Amino acid sequence: MSVKDLLVILLAAMLTDNFVLSKFMGICPFLGVSKKLDSAAGMGLAVTFVMMCAAAVTYPIHHGILVPNELEYFDTVVFILVIALFVQLVETILKKSVPSLYKSLGVYLPLITTNCAVLGVTVLNIDNSYSFIKSITNALGAGLGFMLALVIFSGVRKKLEYADIPETFKGVPATLIAASIVSVSFMGFTGLFG
Amino acid sequence: MAENKISLGKELTKGIIKENPTLVMLLGMCPTLAVTTQAMNGIGMGLATTFVLLGSNIVISALRKVIPDKVRIPAFIVIIASFVTLIGFLLEGFFPDLYDSLGIYLTLITVNCIIFGRAEMFASKNGILASAADAIGMGIGFTLALFCMGSVREILGTGKWLGMTIPVLSENPMLLFIMPAGGFFTLGMIIAAVNKLSNKKPPAELGCKGCPNAENCGKGGECQ
Repeated sequence: MSVKDLLVILLAAMLTDNFVLSKFMGICPFLGVSKKLDSAAGMGLAVTFVMMCAAAVTYPIHHGILVPNELEYFDTVVFILVIALFVQLVETILKKSVPSLYKSLGVYLPLITTNCAVLGVTVLNIDNSYSFIKSITNALGAGLGFMLALVIFSGVRKKLEYADIPETFKGVPATLIAASIVSVSFMGFTGLFG
Repeated sequence: MAENKISLGKELTKGIIKENPTLVMLLGMCPTLAVTTQAMNGIGMGLATTFVLLGSNIVISALRKVIPDKVRIPAFIVIIASFVTLIGFLLEGFFPDLYDSLGIYLTLITVNCIIFGRAEMFASKNGILASAADAIGMGIGFTLALFCMGSVREILGTGKWLGMTIPVLSENPMLLFIMPAGGFFTLGMIIAAVNKLSNKKPPAELGCKGCPNAENCGKGGECQ
């Protein structure tokens, strides 16, 4: 396992297999929280953080507890519970010990439990039988890719607000079509890593 | 009794058109976009989700007086995830092809906002029969929406439909439609068409109505 492997996983999760724009995970926050640049960046940071922690926690649970006892089929139940508990835990800790960080990330944390990208990344790590380091790298890449998509799209939506759109397309349809165009731009990365 | 029947019928039909979970309430976008490259996958995903929705709605409705309010979200999660695991086994055993093509998105039914939303908004407040009717209606609405999406994308993107070949389109298929970008575009167009046909103002923003965290987010986040 060389640095090059890790770099390929990181960049692939970020660009070629972008979680939002090519795997369609986390569409709800992508469309809901991308109206302003700072909230998009905040949500992106919070998701990246939770994804990395979730990957770090679920790896030992899967390989240390579930596999030796042949309970792999409990993966989904256990993972989603771990993520829900973990989000609660992070929220409580941040609230007590780092109030300034809580102020900027806190409001996004409860939304993350139901973000399918977080569950998705933990399940993908197991499916691809990544090692611990690779799992963390994949989670980091996925989180950064999510943030990148949100930040880029918040810029696009700002322009969209001033555009003259036909009545029928106002709101969600225009947003989705804009998302489609942003997704086309990410197709440019296809084939970057073979 | 007659009144009872009417209201059950209403719960059943409201999910299909008036409160269609995907096209009107805008919930469950991830599977809608991800698995609809083929009409058949759309139906498979829709039926799998309906199964989970029906099971979880019935169980949550039956337990609604037992589950303490404070821990209801983890409790709902466990119930939903159990049904997802169950449908995963059933599909793997009986429809391995469908299981392969749905892949990770089958697991992700667990975090589908529709299921959470119905548990939170309906099943935890209503009786078992009404919840089951609600689940079936919402499930059919979701399946229909996915089937529409899948049909458009499959016909335009590959020139085939449910195994049939469409004469002109199959010679020059528009590949873009089965790519991710085409998914966003098709969904945008379909929602615009629904807005036009229903002659009502489009919803101001993407709904968090069904999201279990709506109360947290309505106050602080940007996601109203």
